[in-house]
Amino acid sequence: MNILVCVKHVPDTETRVKIAPDGLHLDLSEANFVMNPYDEYAVEEALQLKEKLGGEVTVLTVGGDDATKTLRQALAMGADKSVLISDAAFEGNDAMATAKTLAAAAKKQSFDLVLAGKHGVGEDNQQVGSLLAQFLDIPAVTVVTKLELDGTNAKCTREIEGGAEVVKTSLPAVFTCQKGLNEPRYPSLKGIMQAKKKEVTTYSAADLGLDGSSVGAGAAAFELKKYELPPPRPAGRVLSGEIPDQVKELVQLLHEEAKVI
Amino acid sequence: MNVLVFAEQRSGKLKKASLEAMSAGRAIADQTGGSAAAVVLGQSIGSLAEELGKVGAEKVFVGDDGIFEQYSSDAYGLAVAKAFGAFGADVLLMSATAMGKDLAPRVTGRLDMGLLSDVTGYTVEGGAVVFTRPIFSGKAFATLTPKAGKPFGVTLRPNVFPVGDAAKTPEVVPLEHGVTSGDVKAVVEQILAAEGGMLDVAEADVIISGGRGMKGPENYKILEELAGLLGAAVGASRAAVDAGWIDHAHQVGQTGKVVSPSLYIACGISGAIQHLAGMSSSKVIVAVNKDPEAPIFKVANYGIVGDLFEVVPLLTQAVKELKAQG
Repeated sequence: MNILVCVKHVPDTETRVKIAPDGLHLDLSEANFVMNPYDEYAVEEALQLKEKLGGEVTVLTVGGDDATKTLRQALAMGADKSVLISDAAFEGNDAMATAKTLAAAAKKQSFDLVLAGKHGVGEDNQQVGSLLAQFLDIPAVTVVTKLELDGTNAKCTREIEGGAEVVKTSLPAVFTCQKGLNEPRYPSLKGIMQAKKKEVTTYSAADLGLDGSSVGAGAAAFELKKYELPPPRPAGRVLSGEIPDQVKELVQLLHEEAKVI
Repeated sequence: MNVLVFAEQRSGKLKKASLEAMSAGRAIADQTGGSAAAVVLGQSIGSLAEELGKVGAEKVFVGDDGIFEQYSSDAYGLAVAKAFGAFGADVLLMSATAMGKDLAPRVTGRLDMGLLSDVTGYTVEGGAVVFTRPIFSGKAFATLTPKAGKPFGVTLRPNVFPVGDAAKTPEVVPLEHGVTSGDVKAVVEQILAAEGGMLDVAEADVIISGGRGMKGPENYKILEELAGLLGAAVGASRAAVDAGWIDHAHQVGQTGKVVSPSLYIACGISGAIQHLAGMSSSKVIVAVNKDPEAPIFKVANYGIVGDLFEVVPLLTQAVKELKAQG
């Protein structure tokens, strides 16, 4: 069972987002970049499947040289190989361009299934896994909280509003992983040492036969007009007095002033 | 612009979020001088066309076929792409529900067009539509516009856009979808309802959330009782989910769900930045916390500094009394 895992190097969830004075760029200079939290579930699931069924786990990312840190983390967790897809041509990639890039790289590998996080925190698009499946012409099951393989088929549970769906699919397929699927392991010291010796292959846009007509800012379907911070919330009121009186006042305010109950 | 709206039905009933999307589709078509149509897929769903007309569909493509009885992103993706072509659409619109988020990229990828996810606002400026969407779970917003002349897709966050009233008598067109069983690779086999049929935080208009201050899983029943009275969903902070007190489906925040209900009551939640990102766009926020310095009070409209185990039962009682007065 050869498994590809798509990961992304993202600002951690503690990040306070700042906007550059031109309003067209985010200032993430103080952010700490890590492996996208949902991708940790994807790496863990791949490792568990490998432990059960054998095969190889290859981690892929599209990013700058700094994204090597996220690849090294996956290797330290136990992935076998990694691919850094890096080129100035990918600057300004939207979800479509990233999926096309990953699809081109995936076609250079032999794989039985592809795992990815359900979405990359920050951009919050939740598109790449499904688009990748589309470009590889294979099925996708997204937001998976349980995955069972059975020969050339898989049965998974995916989260929906107020419940879950059990989805059956043929393989190969793309699965995007949701919290609850597993408990991602921490890299061991031995794993971290071994990761340093593991292979990181680098692909450029030309290696994948891609150019500015299909990837990068020029190929993006939308033009950014501005970034904004959310409007500040109006100053609130902390009630005072005995607790039972405060509760009465609160219910009255919610009913008569805010009109929400 | 001609707008095609994918209308989601479950068990023969249209989702409210799809009525919101249809209403927005109608408005965008009107403001840009185009038409609005819907596509609906399922089995024995012909009567839904009329309902879609009531919120502005001029034409409804109906794929009424056993092959669509259970959701399959492969089959639905093909069929919606067919409808997009048949209508001569410029814009594909759907709600960012679990199904919408799964389906939309399969259609836009197939048609090689861009997609904006989870849009929370739009304006029409000189014939062009400008969309706003949250990034970093709402820590910031991006405003974008499609590059001229290219078709595109948009998913709309549920519970944000109003359901309009633009009565049309739609032309019903049986969809020539061309989907065969060989196209169906991933398909839903079974739907499992959540325990006790609880409302999902993503769909609820009122949410009562509990965090670390809940102290244990057994205490969520006091939130459930209040939630039952208010027709609310029960939410949770990451701390409570990671402690194993409540399922992740209830988690609100950056690694959970981003919500914008009319009323959000945070009980024993300090207000970590990841949680605030997920609920700060709620209309009214109430915070109940023992710590007067908790960051949650900075975003709350109303705050009570106190023990949630004292406040919540009193609140439940007071709401009961209010409901009794009618």
